[in-house]
Amino acid sequence: MFDKILPYLLAGISVGGQYALIAVGYTMVYGILRLINFAHGDIFTAAGFFMVYITASLPMGISIPLVIVLTVALGFVLERVAYKPLRTAPRMSVMISAIGASYLMQNLMWYVTGGLAKQYPVLPWLSDSVQIGSASTKVVSIVTPILTVALVVALVMLIKHTKIGMAMRAVSVDFETSQLMGIRINSVISMTFIIGSALAAVGSMLFFTSYSTVTPTVGAMPGLKAFVAAVFGGIGSIPGAVIGAFIIGIAENLIKAAGYTAFSDAFTFVLLIIVLLFKPTGLFGEAAAEKV
Amino acid sequence: MSLLYIKDLRVNYGGIEAIKGISLTVEKGEIVTLIGANGAGKSTTLRAISGLVPLRDGTITYDGQVISGQSPQKIVSEGIGMVPEGRRVFPNLTVLENLRIGAYLRKDDLTPDIDHVYQLFPRLKERSWQPAGTLSGGEQQMLAVGRAMMMRPKLLMMDEPSLGLAPLVIRDIFRIIEKLHEEGITILLVEQNANAALRIADSAYVLETGSITMHGTGEELLSNPKVKEAYLGKSRSST
Ligand SMILES: Nc1ncnc2c1ncn2[C@@H]1O[C@H](COP(=O)(O)OP(=O)(O)OP(=O)(O)O)[C@@H](O)[C@H]1O
Ligand SMILES: [Mg+2]
Repeated sequence: MFDKILPYLLAGISVGGQYALIAVGYTMVYGILRLINFAHGDIFTAAGFFMVYITASLPMGISIPLVIVLTVALGFVLERVAYKPLRTAPRMSVMISAIGASYLMQNLMWYVTGGLAKQYPVLPWLSDSVQIGSASTKVVSIVTPILTVALVVALVMLIKHTKIGMAMRAVSVDFETSQLMGIRINSVISMTFIIGSALAAVGSMLFFTSYSTVTPTVGAMPGLKAFVAAVFGGIGSIPGAVIGAFIIGIAENLIKAAGYTAFSDAFTFVLLIIVLLFKPTGLFGEAAAEKV
Repeated sequence: MSLLYIKDLRVNYGGIEAIKGISLTVEKGEIVTLIGANGAGKSTTLRAISGLVPLRDGTITYDGQVISGQSPQKIVSEGIGMVPEGRRVFPNLTVLENLRIGAYLRKDDLTPDIDHVYQLFPRLKERSWQPAGTLSGGEQQMLAVGRAMMMRPKLLMMDEPSLGLAPLVIRDIFRIIEKLHEEGITILLVEQNANAALRIADSAYVLETGSITMHGTGEELLSNPKVKEAYLGKSRSST
């Protein structure tokens, strides 16, 4: 019985870690701007394409950091171009801009790739097989949860114990008073996009090592699941997003183990509806304080 | 040369003219107070000085430099601190973090300043690790003052520091204002509590719906019949 479930459990933990790395980006941006960054899933996809194109001409040791840097730059530019000019605009305008940015990036990716699925490069070591008990799996599924937890713990420490982290917490509750302290809110906001994009880049490497092909819309589903995870955990809360992501990843795979593969995606969205109906603030969300 | 000089300041909110061309001067080392009814434009004036709202017209000169049009960060870094209306402490930060963030632009050792604030407000020291959102209103006001002191301002602007506080706490706050003044900080004080404010002020302005209608020393305005009627009427006679 356990032998039968183990591979699904491993897959669930691994997928959960990937969702978590994306979900942190959603939840951080929401925490600071009260904005759902709809383009975040596309940043994740773009990180996949960056890897495809860069590894075609550069060795892996350079490609990996370069992909992270480019993804971070993309997240930074996205914020400066699509959100910063709307800082004092009504929230609906910013949301429409986010949707527009998402479609723009998807279309650009269609244009550049010709819409063809690209083969993701094989990352050495991560793609190797390992045997755990009776289950055989790729190294990546072991590395993912460990790396995810390590990165998230580092991030939480940064937010709790550093000056920039303190500024992030201040800006998340009060733009104006933060400015009176001498904090440059635009730098702090950029910082959250930079961190979110860097984590999405790492997430994409782990994700595509398991899924191997990149298309312009491939990020939509994991992006959406990560978003649900962030809402489930209580949007704005980093630990909430991570726990939500692991729960969703594991639950989906256990549903597959039970033979209901067709319903595994549906489960996530049913969960979203239930959370929104009965506990809109999610597992760890603060009572929805409206931003002034 | 005056520390702060405002000339023909105009501020609009949408189509509404909130400040209709006011001029005022704050000399170095003075306590200057700005009194006026609700909606007169007192907070707007302070927010304009801080760079939080754009000017329609006019100039603000501080320490010989034009600061109007600069970013709030730049203006803070020049040494203009603010205790904003309604305290606005960061509720999710601890008391100590609120003090530290007040010195966000400083890179030197903050320990002496933190000690100094804790000495002025011993109640804050006991609550160092408490999230500021759990403090009482009076304690939050003390924290807002302490936070503004942390950047060692040359000019400290305070927007209704006595608002909503018990008479005893108000007395404490005014005592602290005088103490900061003795330490050499120039103070621009906005108050509803005109009586107490005028008594400590070297210079005072009365603002009515966006225009300055009276100006004089604190004592002059205290004894002015019009001011008495409009702003001191209901307050207990001073002793
Ligand atoms: N953000 C804003 N948008 C539009 N109008 C505003 C805004 N802020 C202030 N006002 C208007 O500007 C005028 C002056 O407001 P301000 O807050 O400066 O008054 P105040 O003198 O500080 O009053 P109070 O004593 O009640 O604090 C008021 O009529 C107010 O309604
Ligand atoms: Mg006011």
